Amino acid sequence: MEIKLSKGLDISLKGRPAEKMGQTAKSEYFVLVPDNFCGITPKVVVKPGEKVLAGGVLMTDKNFPEIKFVSPVSGEVTAVERGEKRKVLGIVVKRDAANEYVDFGKKDIAKMDAQQVKQTILDGGAWGFITQRPYAIVANPTAEPRDIFISAFDSAPLAPNFDYAAAADQEAITAGIAALKKLTSGKVYVGTRSKSSILYPGAEVVTFVGPHPSGNAGVQAHNIKAVNKGETIWTISAFDLILIGRLFTEGRVNFERVIAITGSEVASPCYVKAYPGTPVKDLTDGNIVKADYKQRYISGNVLSGEAVGIDGYLGYQSSQITVIPDGSDNDEFVGWAVPGLAKYSVSHTYLTWLFGRAKEYKIDARLQGGKRALITSGDLDKVLPMDIYAEFLFKATLAFDIDKMENLGIYEIAPEDFALCEFVDVSKTEIQKTFRLGLDRLKKEME
Amino acid sequence: MKALRNYLNKIKPDFEPGGKYEKLWSVFDGFESFLFVPNTTSGKKGVQIHDSVDSKRVMIIVVLALMPALLVGMYNVGYQHFLAIGEDAGFWATFLFGFISVLPKIVVSYAVGLGIEFIVAQVKHHEIQEGFLVSGMLIPMIVPVDTPLWMIGVATAFAVIFAKEIFGGTGMNVFNVALITRAFLFFAYPGKMSGDNVFVRTSDSFGFGGGKVVEGFSGATPLSFASSNLQPTNIIGEPLSGWDYFFGLIPGSIGETSTLAILIGAVVLLLTGVASWRIMFTVFGGGALMAWIVSACGASVLSVGDQICLGGFAFAAVFMATDPVTGCRTNTGKYIYGFLIGALAIIIRQFNSGYPEGAMLAVLLMNVFAPLIDFYVVEANIKRRLRRANA
Repeated sequence: MEIKLSKGLDISLKGRPAEKMGQTAKSEYFVLVPDNFCGITPKVVVKPGEKVLAGGVLMTDKNFPEIKFVSPVSGEVTAVERGEKRKVLGIVVKRDAANEYVDFGKKDIAKMDAQQVKQTILDGGAWGFITQRPYAIVANPTAEPRDIFISAFDSAPLAPNFDYAAAADQEAITAGIAALKKLTSGKVYVGTRSKSSILYPGAEVVTFVGPHPSGNAGVQAHNIKAVNKGETIWTISAFDLILIGRLFTEGRVNFERVIAITGSEVASPCYVKAYPGTPVKDLTDGNIVKADYKQRYISGNVLSGEAVGIDGYLGYQSSQITVIPDGSDNDEFVGWAVPGLAKYSVSHTYLTWLFGRAKEYKIDARLQGGKRALITSGDLDKVLPMDIYAEFLFKATLAFDIDKMENLGIYEIAPEDFALCEFVDVSKTEIQKTFRLGLDRLKKEME
Repeated sequence: MKALRNYLNKIKPDFEPGGKYEKLWSVFDGFESFLFVPNTTSGKKGVQIHDSVDSKRVMIIVVLALMPALLVGMYNVGYQHFLAIGEDAGFWATFLFGFISVLPKIVVSYAVGLGIEFIVAQVKHHEIQEGFLVSGMLIPMIVPVDTPLWMIGVATAFAVIFAKEIFGGTGMNVFNVALITRAFLFFAYPGKMSGDNVFVRTSDSFGFGGGKVVEGFSGATPLSFASSNLQPTNIIGEPLSGWDYFFGLIPGSIGETSTLAILIGAVVLLLTGVASWRIMFTVFGGGALMAWIVSACGASVLSVGDQICLGGFAFAAVFMATDPVTGCRTNTGKYIYGFLIGALAIIIRQFNSGYPEGAMLAVLLMNVFAPLIDFYVVEANIKRRLRRANA
């Protein structure tokens, strides 16, 4: 099956990763950040000084204690960082040289039942990679999804090429799909680009043509078979599917992934191998353009990533690091009045559009304007390939009118689906944040 | 620019809370963000980069698009004046007369409107919103040249306060602010907004261009001729053709006479994507269809082309109906909204003898209905979703 999506936008940025593996510093510390997982309440089960193996449990979810979050490496827990109201900010593991891991034993998925498969994923600390709709949170392990949707390409700006990053993981992908198939009586869909070099045996493969956000699993699900009120679907990125597959093929937690180091501030954008929770500094050291202005380090892509800073860590679900100019020290004189030959805009209000947007742009993190009430109309819908009135759902969510939110499709969305809307918005509104808060609050109301 | 930036940085603390001019913070911020792109950056989570377009840019494009109509309008003010006093003053003197007649109106409109915006922004601790940049330019363009300045001031204040600020400012208003200004003038001071004595300035402007009105002069607009079922003539009794209506050297409100100039503005708005082509085209379509029906029934002496070119119709189609805040926000809704504005404008013009022009009332009326149209368009999406769930 092939689905063409015409709405959306590919933002051409400077710093596309070359398909070569780079070297990174060997990291000493790894940090599990609970905020990487939406919808869980962390319960830390280790104390500073404790030894853990790779795959050793660091924290669980208070609501579903069977959801475990594990250390990617073996070593010693050196700190549990807390913020206001004792909120857990991160669990720090200092790696040792031993490289020991919890051995689950290799598994033959064909001989396992759904419960055993589920248990393996839960114990292996990989449940957090599975997201459910409604609410766009870590999947509820007690519910059975109608279908499972895997996105096998990332369409975000400067995103890594999945086929390149996963070249060595065909076996894990096959196993991952087989495992997920056990967890639903519905179908397991895989959304890919045409001419993918990876095979997805056992899954319903759907080819997607079109710009970002065609790579978002939720957007794919919406266009294959949208989730209705009362239904649950699960989505997962194929980058994470590999990690699930390895639990079965290797019988241990092996969260090492191939990620891309990207962005206009990276001297030589490339791919590297990294564990989740690796300090950003280690991943980018020596590969950043020297500059006399501020730079912004993002875990993830520029649309839905998090500005973690140079002292931050690679997010658990991130498959790229992006470094762009920050812009807070950039004073641009009467920017609204210039012809704007170098200013990136989807609108035609700057002359850039006459010269094509294929050229690679260097965009900094400024809002490029002041926050306003929504003024222009129709812009948001142009970049949302879903049968949803973006502005109306947004306003309903802002007002937290539950009936309207339901009617307009709140159960079908994740904040990241609206990332482009936030990018193009003339009024500079925090659309993703509003949806995140709205979804969290809605879940509370519905319980 | 570095020196200017440093100077702003130096005086900035005075305007911040606790500083000596803290009451002027909004004004300072307004000027600062006018001079320098604000360097506020994206939050920690969410989108890290933003499109370069902002509301300032959008507004400035609209103001730019208004320029051809304004300049031709100024020239026309002079042209009508010298035609009335029977002098040939040459191009520059003609334009100059129009310029000095119109400029005070622009100044008053901006001074009153922006003054209120500044005060409200300060009281509500907002940034100054740019919406009035456009309204402030529209207002002088849709009034007759002889409207007294104090009336424009009063009407602008009324519109900005009661049509915009009490609803929450730019982006929240139900009615088009400039049209409320005009409607206020129209109903409060009808003698100064319609009739045969307001559309041509027969006296001098600041002592310039004085003279005696020629014999046989009539300041009636073509539409007022048409509403009495007479063949329109110009102000000294010569017949007018469709091309005169198109080029706009005819009596009328300042900015709305030249369809050609308005269309140049329309091209700017459409190419930049600032105005919705859906609305603009359907207003013309609805108007043309209704004008055709009217002329086919023999109810009017005007042809379809005349109806489109005369009065405020084209101006309303290009600059008023396309206001995104007060119009429909769904694409389907925009077609319906535009079509009804066009059709209603001609209906009011033709069948209500009290109003020789209907564009203003048509837009204001449809402003009221825009949310309703959107409601039904969105309702269709909701029904589709429910059907899918029940399937």
